[in-house]
Amino acid sequence: MSDIYDALVKIVGKNYVSNQKEERYFYGRDPGLMPPHEPDYVVMPRTTEEVQEIVKLANKEKVPLVPKGAGLALTGLVIPQKGGIVLDMKRMDKILEINDKGGYAIVEGGTTHAALKSHLIKHYPHLRHSIPDSPPIATVVANAMIHGQGRLTQQHGFNSDLVSGLEVVLPTGEICRIGSCAISSYWFSKGAPMPDLTGLFLGWFGTTGVITKLGMKLYPCKKVRDVMLFLTDRAELVPDIMIKLAHTEMVEDIVSSFAPMPLRFKGNHNILIYITGDSDEELEFKRKMLWNTLWEYFESRDGCFLSITPDMKPPLLAMPSKDTTRFADVSKGGGLEYSGPITPIEKYPDFVRKLEELAKKYKLFYASSARVIDGGHCMMFSFSYTFNRANPDEMNRAKTALDEAAEFALEQGGIIWKPNINEQKMMMDRMDPNTLNLMTKIKALLDPNGIMNPGNWEAK
Amino acid sequence: MQQQDYSSQIHRCFRCGYCKFPTDYSDFNCPSYKRFRFDTYSTGGRLWLTKAWLENSIEWSERLAEILYACTTCKNCVEQCPMKFAPDIVDWIVGARSDMVEKGKIPPRAARFFEAVHGYGNPLKLLRSDRGAWADGVKIYEPGDEYLFYVGCLGSYDENGQKMARSLADVLSAAGVSFGILGNEEECCGNEIYMLGEMGLFQVLAEKNNQQFKELGVKNIITLSPHAYNTMRNNYPAFGADFEVYHYTQLLDNLIKNGKIKFSESRAKVTYQDPCFLGRYNKIYDEPREILQKISGIELVEMERNRKDAFCCGGGSGNFIMDLLAGSEDSPSRVRVREAYATGADTLAVACPSCLTMLTEAVKTEDLDGKLAVKDISQIVKESLPSR
Repeated sequence: MSDIYDALVKIVGKNYVSNQKEERYFYGRDPGLMPPHEPDYVVMPRTTEEVQEIVKLANKEKVPLVPKGAGLALTGLVIPQKGGIVLDMKRMDKILEINDKGGYAIVEGGTTHAALKSHLIKHYPHLRHSIPDSPPIATVVANAMIHGQGRLTQQHGFNSDLVSGLEVVLPTGEICRIGSCAISSYWFSKGAPMPDLTGLFLGWFGTTGVITKLGMKLYPCKKVRDVMLFLTDRAELVPDIMIKLAHTEMVEDIVSSFAPMPLRFKGNHNILIYITGDSDEELEFKRKMLWNTLWEYFESRDGCFLSITPDMKPPLLAMPSKDTTRFADVSKGGGLEYSGPITPIEKYPDFVRKLEELAKKYKLFYASSARVIDGGHCMMFSFSYTFNRANPDEMNRAKTALDEAAEFALEQGGIIWKPNINEQKMMMDRMDPNTLNLMTKIKALLDPNGIMNPGNWEAK
Repeated sequence: MQQQDYSSQIHRCFRCGYCKFPTDYSDFNCPSYKRFRFDTYSTGGRLWLTKAWLENSIEWSERLAEILYACTTCKNCVEQCPMKFAPDIVDWIVGARSDMVEKGKIPPRAARFFEAVHGYGNPLKLLRSDRGAWADGVKIYEPGDEYLFYVGCLGSYDENGQKMARSLADVLSAAGVSFGILGNEEECCGNEIYMLGEMGLFQVLAEKNNQQFKELGVKNIITLSPHAYNTMRNNYPAFGADFEVYHYTQLLDNLIKNGKIKFSESRAKVTYQDPCFLGRYNKIYDEPREILQKISGIELVEMERNRKDAFCCGGGSGNFIMDLLAGSEDSPSRVRVREAYATGADTLAVACPSCLTMLTEAVKTEDLDGKLAVKDISQIVKESLPSR
């Protein structure tokens, strides 16, 4: 094993390799509830060529290799289940190109959403990307890899749908370009009109290669932005409300939250409606249209718009949202995990009932946040539970509740978002056998030695 | 002085990583994370490792201690952490260090720092009898003087610090301020000792200084260093301090406003480094800038990261001596002088002897000699006084 350490030092320099227990401890766990497992090495490459050398080494020595962004999925996707090398990608943090007219950015494999946001504000204030609610250290690549969502998901789909090209180091060491960039210097398409090969990598959690560059579509950054809040205490009305809002095609983002705190919102479904425009007149027009769209609920006294005080707006409009992170410590325990099934919007009332039922059964503090995806084709519904990191019993209860939530989501026809290894097995057990066989064949073809993030998407 | 029971709270860190950034996310703003880039060297890393150490999930090692001591206690994490416990983070770090000190498990460089201050009264291990050697002609404090000028260890012994102390003494004299120094009788302020967790030694220093100030009837203290200003303002009252303390930029700003200091024409493009112990710790952001802006011919330009988002020079928590963050192009002082130079400034103004030393060295390493001058504000003021 010391030969591997020496070889890694030779590739990236000794400052960027560790086999010390401090890094092995930290990189062996994430903030969620999955059991830890330590890597043997942590390495931080700077270039694609360094990644390539590391992959070749791992493949030759048959050592597990786990590419990692910020490790914020919370479901243990970058916990090295079989040890080996964790590839911390965050030193590959360059923004290589902003194609202003083409509307895309090319970033390295460890570039954070924070860095891309800051760069665009400073140099291209007329452009924006879909910023997730995860903390700013989340990387663009890892977020796309897990089919993350962002502020533009309602309008344009999952962040993985916004990918416009990839550079990947295959598990056998070849550097491969995917999309228009495979035959052109432009990164405007991830596939069309050719076969879309990004599907060989996105959603695979690093089991089929290491993404070293990624093209991400950019969209107009409107001059003004606002948020409206519609309340209803009837869960069964929420799907129609969200779909009607989405179908106006005037809304940036739609998120319905449900939580027992703060008390003034208890029992209500708080539907946040984000709107943008290039003038106050445009915003005012949109406000009126949205008001008209939801007027029937006001007339039937089933819902109303709540005025948002000026002090409430900045945190609601912030990107990323610090409030999302604050939820982890709402009961002073520092722990948060959620099961976030992707599911038809019509399932909202059933999921809310289950959320409350599990919270009551396991004595947990809860919240949910349902985001409309891609114009209303589906939503992400989070079963979020907090836990106290210093209370193992509460951690166990939270884990059990999340396991039951995942089972429930599958029974209801949902698909588990960023599933942990157990949830992956649950999904593969239900999967069309031929689909599973296809996945197995693809994995074996791309990663013949099974070195890439082993334990994930393993059919056997 | 009441130490928090950090061990019952430390599990609350979610390791979300907000602590790594400034407000605008333009770069990494945690000095040790920027330097080392392993997540272990971020605030979240430290807190998780400390928790693991307390739970016996990870054994103590010299490296674990170095990770903890590589924190410069710059308080960027306190500014950026979204959680309600944010104000307590540095206290937790200091608490963990204090535990390590009590168990005798600290990095050798920290041990040498403590030994030097304990034995010599300064971390540079220089003779007590030479403490006032820089101050030829500067009056020793006598009861009745309006201000005690507390010079501090770097101002007394470090070559750059001495120039700074001399400039300030000259400016104060020119403005007709009634002041004196303690010379060889001055003792270390203990700010770094506190931050490094040696609470016993800190208590000795604080009590000794308070006693001396009391015996001399000191009512007002001017400090050269923001570090001394911080500890005298925030930690000494617990030991019976009975005096007002000012950082020298506060006093100079007042003297300028009252017409006691006037300037001749200067010519410089200046950017300013907010010292952590002046800015984030004590919210003094405006006075240094106002001084610079009052000098005719000086154009003040800001670095991208400034005020509460300023990037630490890397010298805090004794690292101006221990230098646990040295040795890389990503060492904070080198990153910072490159950022200063990128503004187009020809002068990097500081208000702290630690910043002065760290950044002066970094200018040499970055081969910016002759392109970017690092000067303390008192030096800039002195150079701008009318010639007599």
